[in-house]
Amino acid sequence: MSEVYFDNAATTPMTKPVIDEMMKQMTDTWGNASTGYSYGRHSKLVLENSRHIIAQSINAKDEEIIFTSGGTESDNTAVIQTALTRKRLGKHIITTAIEHEAILKPMHYLESLGFDVTYLPVDENGNISLADFKAALRDDTILVSIMMGNNEVGSRMPIHEIGEILKDHQAWFHTDAVQAYGLLPIDVEADHIDMLSTSAHKLNGPKMVGFLYRREGVNFPSFVRGGDQETKRRAGTENVPAIAAFAKAVSIDTPEEKQRRQERYYHFKQLIVKRLTDAGVAFEVNGQLDPNNLNHVLNLWFKGISTYVMQTDLDLAGYAVSGGSACTAGSIEPSHVLTAMYGKDSPRIGESIRISFGALNTEDEVNGLVDAIIKIVNKLKNVKGVED
Amino acid sequence: MVVGMSGGVDSSVTALLLKRQGYDVVGVFMKNWDDTDENGVCTATEDYKDVAKVATKIGIPYYSVNFEKEYWDRVFKYFIAEYKKGRTPNPDVICNKEIKFKAFIDYANQLGADYVATGHYADLKRDEDGRMHLMRAKDQNKDQTYFLSQLDYHQLDKVLFPLAGYTKPEIRQIAEEAGLATAKKKDSVGICFIGEDGHFREFLSQYIPAQPGNMETVDGKVVGHHMGLMYYTIGQRRGLGLGGNKKSNAPWFVIGKDIKKNILYVGQGYENEHLYATHLEASDIHWVDDVVSRYEYDFHCTAKFRYRQKDVGVTVHLSEDQQKVTVTFDDPARAITPGQAVVFYDGEECLGSAIIDRAYNHDHLCQYV
Repeated sequence: MSEVYFDNAATTPMTKPVIDEMMKQMTDTWGNASTGYSYGRHSKLVLENSRHIIAQSINAKDEEIIFTSGGTESDNTAVIQTALTRKRLGKHIITTAIEHEAILKPMHYLESLGFDVTYLPVDENGNISLADFKAALRDDTILVSIMMGNNEVGSRMPIHEIGEILKDHQAWFHTDAVQAYGLLPIDVEADHIDMLSTSAHKLNGPKMVGFLYRREGVNFPSFVRGGDQETKRRAGTENVPAIAAFAKAVSIDTPEEKQRRQERYYHFKQLIVKRLTDAGVAFEVNGQLDPNNLNHVLNLWFKGISTYVMQTDLDLAGYAVSGGSACTAGSIEPSHVLTAMYGKDSPRIGESIRISFGALNTEDEVNGLVDAIIKIVNKLKNVKGVED
Repeated sequence: MVVGMSGGVDSSVTALLLKRQGYDVVGVFMKNWDDTDENGVCTATEDYKDVAKVATKIGIPYYSVNFEKEYWDRVFKYFIAEYKKGRTPNPDVICNKEIKFKAFIDYANQLGADYVATGHYADLKRDEDGRMHLMRAKDQNKDQTYFLSQLDYHQLDKVLFPLAGYTKPEIRQIAEEAGLATAKKKDSVGICFIGEDGHFREFLSQYIPAQPGNMETVDGKVVGHHMGLMYYTIGQRRGLGLGGNKKSNAPWFVIGKDIKKNILYVGQGYENEHLYATHLEASDIHWVDDVVSRYEYDFHCTAKFRYRQKDVGVTVHLSEDQQKVTVTFDDPARAITPGQAVVFYDGEECLGSAIIDRAYNHDHLCQYV
């Protein structure tokens, strides 16, 4: 049975040019970039060239890029180190209810240390309101951390507007761009962003590498204590081959390519919605079908069909989609994003799946997925339960 | 073919045997209880890891499904309510009826399964009319029909018990030969919310406030104190903290409870007359298939009133509405426990069961709750 992958918001496969680059650097560039001989100098060169490519991609300066182990470390560093460094200026932090766990868990940790965190609510489309944000902002706010786009429903946050409001405020502005980086052109200057997190494996790069952008003047000590790498901002020997592969993935994902992907994925979304509607499938889109959202994510509520059943049936049919994050015993945790959007008693929470597209998905694959869904829905209509 | 996999050796071998027979097997782990500790680790994790190891070794896909809500609503609430009444419930009987052979079977059907298999030690026989009969397993030591006795033939219609013809040592040997990770895993207690170490009193006290009171003899003599009636079961000897006295060195046993007065009745001697009953009354009756058309309202058969007990001869008398059953023992029976199931057999066939309400010694009601 062929298997088709539709969970690109979880991770993406590395593409051939990226693999080739990583293989090459693993062979040639294994020296420690902090050393003072030729091996080290060669690694340093590759490292700094990669840093330059990546800095350019968000209109940042090279020295504003800190390589990390990925999105989670970047988020943890931005949130926790900002709070600890700036606690004398205030104890208030603003974030949203639909951030990734890599933001929410550090926020809970900071609350346990006595920080005061405001979680902005979202509407049924997964959007926050600027009025709520303005109302929440206080003189003693030291950090605002708001994701660029959501990983479960694809909603976009008003980053530019928030940046404008905060440019004359003491609060540092962090955005988790892990999902958005592969799809949206980013300009940290135009949007007045102080810190930004990314992860390579969401855009066909390797896992366990990412970066944290931090604006010049935004200073905090390394979250990981140790050596002086990354100009003392992140201890630990840089994984140069992975960083070079990350830079390769970034260089492939040009602004024009991002635009193409956004349009292509939006077309996939429309195609799925239209075909399911035409087939009479009882479903709804969680969130909004809006071309300006992150279009790689389509979250669907299949009415009356449990997430477990749909995800398992699709897997048995050869399609990988997400049912949500699983606990260590494999059972699916209720989505905090859908809960924030629709309330904890909404049937959507136990009856939704997330389809997410990547650079390698084709329209044929999308049609195959829709065929499989329609087949499953029709099959389930004829299943009589012991319960009834 | 969907196999319910618990992470134990029995369900591991069940999946293996079916795979060897050429079935298209899918393993499903049921998570029925949320016991995430303060570090975010749920103990079901280890079991699920074992499911993953075994399924990967056998070469079948595996999934996890969550029935925590169903389990809480249909099994655990019942369990607590029974304890509050001073009874000793058997959650496994209800779990099979409500979860494993209802919610889980429905889930398997939604996955398109033709059959559902579990690692129970029990057998099934389809008669000429196509109706399923529940039969004892070959390994009489491990026979689990007691726990399956509240199922009906509809629930069993698409079920397989591949372990029916095996003994436990044989199953362990098959697992070992196949290199399954669970070959030497210790048997679980079965009840998913009680950990291996079985801090049962502590667990129960989270849900039911303990009310200590007096331990008395039936003559009203106070001989000690109890920690809360729910912690004791009829016939229990351990944990009473009572020694012998001038009259007798015979050990003490729990012989009854008075919920209203919060008294635990105790008596001396294994053969204590108060522990013996001539008949019992039970309700919440479930037959695998209609018995009245087969035996009418009164019939003689054998019964077990607790798991792993030898059958005893009984005469069954069903009320006209079939809501109550009176079970008279051929010989007086010891330590009948309200809340437990009385399970009926005709030879090798399990007919069904009822939940024990009261026991009598001739016309005298035993002080059993």
